[in-house]
Amino acid sequence: MAETRPGAASRIIRWIDHRLPFVAMLQHELYEYPTPRNLSYWWNFGSLAGIMLVVMIVTGIVLAMQYTPHADLAFDSVERIMRDVDYGWMLRYAHMNGASMFFAIVYIHLFRGLYYGSYKQPRELLWILGVIILILMIMTAFMGYVLPWGQMSYWAATVITNLFSAIPVVGQGIVTFLWGGFTVGNPTLNRFYALHYLLPFVILGVVLLHLIALHRFGSNNPLGIDMKGPQDTLPFHPYFTIKDLFGLTVFLLIYAFFVFYAPNFLGSADNYIPANPMQTPNHIVPEWYLLPYYAILRSVPNKLFGVILAFGSIFLMFLVPWLDTSPVRSARFRPIYKWVFWLLVIDVVALAWVGANPPEGLVVTVGQLATFYYFVHFLILFPLLGKVERPRPLPLSIATAVLQSGGAQLGRAGASMANR
Amino acid sequence: MANLADQHVTGAHNGETRRDFLILTATAIGGVGVAAAIWPFIGSLSPSRDTLALSTTEVDLAPVQVGQRLTVAWRGKPVFIDHRTPEEIKAAQDVDVSSLRDPQPDSARVKKPEWLVIVGVCTHLGCIPLGQKTGDDRGPFGGWFCPCHGSIYDTSGRIRQGPAPANLVVPPYEYTGETVIKIG
Amino acid sequence: MPNRICSAAVLGLFLCAPILDARAADETPSLPQQEWSFDGIFGTYDRASAQRGFQVYKEVCSACHPVRHLYFRDLADLGYSEDEVKAIASSYQVTNEQPNDQGEMYQRPGRPSDRIPGPFPNDQAARAANNGALPPDLSMIVKAREGGPDYVYGILTGYKEPPAGFNLLAGMQYNVYFPGHQIAMPPPLSDGAVTFADGTPSTVPQMAHDVVTFLTWAAEPNLELRHRTGFKVLLFLLVAVGVFYAAKRKIWATAH
Repeated sequence: MAETRPGAASRIIRWIDHRLPFVAMLQHELYEYPTPRNLSYWWNFGSLAGIMLVVMIVTGIVLAMQYTPHADLAFDSVERIMRDVDYGWMLRYAHMNGASMFFAIVYIHLFRGLYYGSYKQPRELLWILGVIILILMIMTAFMGYVLPWGQMSYWAATVITNLFSAIPVVGQGIVTFLWGGFTVGNPTLNRFYALHYLLPFVILGVVLLHLIALHRFGSNNPLGIDMKGPQDTLPFHPYFTIKDLFGLTVFLLIYAFFVFYAPNFLGSADNYIPANPMQTPNHIVPEWYLLPYYAILRSVPNKLFGVILAFGSIFLMFLVPWLDTSPVRSARFRPIYKWVFWLLVIDVVALAWVGANPPEGLVVTVGQLATFYYFVHFLILFPLLGKVERPRPLPLSIATAVLQSGGAQLGRAGASMANR
Repeated sequence: MANLADQHVTGAHNGETRRDFLILTATAIGGVGVAAAIWPFIGSLSPSRDTLALSTTEVDLAPVQVGQRLTVAWRGKPVFIDHRTPEEIKAAQDVDVSSLRDPQPDSARVKKPEWLVIVGVCTHLGCIPLGQKTGDDRGPFGGWFCPCHGSIYDTSGRIRQGPAPANLVVPPYEYTGETVIKIG
Repeated sequence: MPNRICSAAVLGLFLCAPILDARAADETPSLPQQEWSFDGIFGTYDRASAQRGFQVYKEVCSACHPVRHLYFRDLADLGYSEDEVKAIASSYQVTNEQPNDQGEMYQRPGRPSDRIPGPFPNDQAARAANNGALPPDLSMIVKAREGGPDYVYGILTGYKEPPAGFNLLAGMQYNVYFPGHQIAMPPPLSDGAVTFADGTPSTVPQMAHDVVTFLTWAAEPNLELRHRTGFKVLLFLLVAVGVFYAAKRKIWATAH
């Protein structure tokens, strides 16, 4: 960019760049950056997640200019945004549905990692940073949901903060400390607001580390084999910038549909009732992206053990690079794990269904089975499969694998190759 | 961006102009999209409907007797309404306009001479001048007196003495009835 | 490809998950679907119906139910002129925001910039006047209940004699669609309760239909703007998807 612009502008840029190599860094990390040429559309979700983080921060800041973080005024301030602030309804719905989109994208991104072994050596730290981002997102989303101070806001806050009372001896003390009072109340709301504003910037920092870790060894790819030379790669720009932009427009279609035509589909009607500390809603349900953890929590009859397993289900993710013993990365070459992976996906959807429904009858049974399977999958199947499975032979290189399919994939303008 | 795309195209001559056109179109659409997306964020900062609803105030002047002064709130500021006595009107009209710091004839500041409507914020540094309540010090010209730094206004709200640079502001208003005005 | 089938199936399952709600396992029958002028992507609020609905609210519901999030000025959206809105506002007595010079709160005629006042000064007064039950605020009710407009319509038209053997508690009414079937509100609507200025016969279904149209507008006044904007946005994005896909294919054509 600098070289082709004539005169004073390019000289100024070169002067700055010599002292703070920002443009040179962009040039290397975003333009020339060698990317495996066989990436599929499952690799779009990382950049989508980054974009959603920016969207959430920008909509959040603008909403923060109009929101009042006081128990008596919060609900009304949100309604004021919806009714009286120009475009307020759009910003609110964008922020609300943006959270759901953000989680959907991150979950797909995570499962992509599980399928293709993106967490394996040398990308263990990349994976761990990702799990940290997920945990920070969950905390941010939970606190954000409290802010409108609806019935669900208040009671979800009560139930989830009460989880800490399961800790023996100090539990109740911790809960009182978290609340800043004897129940969820105005002090709780204020501190959640401060933290909800803060954490996204912490996430931003961890995302930066995540990208640095990524660029250390480059992206994984659907074959799971390392890039061996320039014949295996394409420069990020223009190939993957345009592919990411295309993926972005498709995603925006879905996002816009929710924002403009079904803005409350993913939410709970109860949250349009102002919080009433004297009356619990009939069914306390978290947002969909927290349902699996909620299901695990409720599946265990013992309170403390339920809390441990629910939190454990996420913290277990940290251990994935070491739980999986397979020498092969991509599930494409793992004939058994290829199917077992889908069992996990079905399991998580089942857990979400369990979490959405009152704990009676079939729901309880499914919940217990699904919780059991979840831990079996990671703690038993992961280590076992790696040892027992006979992986299919890996191709020699990315380029040879691509050429072997006749080059026809790439010849068709890369579309079907990208679709694998 | 188009230039760099070309640099990466080594030896592909076919469809290059079509590619450039597509990229140009894509960039244009992207630009329009980004601009359209940014607009609501900036627009949301303009005064909201509830603020705008308070941008006008209607005042019924009928209960205000001759010689009485009324203070109403308008856009968060006080507005002084003075039902002037004939003496006050004469005093305002008899002044030599060219001797004023901020020259303005009384006729330019009122619609009906017996009603003076001015914003009660001193043009010096924004204090609210005294003179609305009975017993208040009105200063030597019978108008208003600002206690903060001693600005003195006459019966037309014009600055006569003290540090204020300009006359008290006359807000936009109109008569919507014989004795009803709408300010703003 | 088995993986493609798997991913499609799971995506389908996932999208259906919210609908596979086992919650409706109470014996509450499913709500009959009504036809609303605001249904669908191109729906709008039938202004005549909404005005009749406001009349129903004013003459029937407002005796017990507030609409806290509505200002008089919002009524202009329903087609009332500026003068009509001023007249409606000034027909109400509203407590002034500031006390008078003696420090006492006082009433004055309403202005368009005022909120529409509710029937009771606070929740306790509301409960005292209603045997301990609190009539909920209606300006959000359509969004605050599962089933939305159909639910509120169901409640208003769902009063029936309790079936044999049903234990109806003292002071409660039997309602087909209310969860648990026992509602504290007596049937608010009866044929001819309101006389519509436009001559529409005021049957219970008609009044229920009109008041629900009004209440849906009250909960979602920006619906029409949202749908219009959404149409333009989606159209733009469809074009963008096409152009970006073509650009992507063109750039990738030489990736060999």
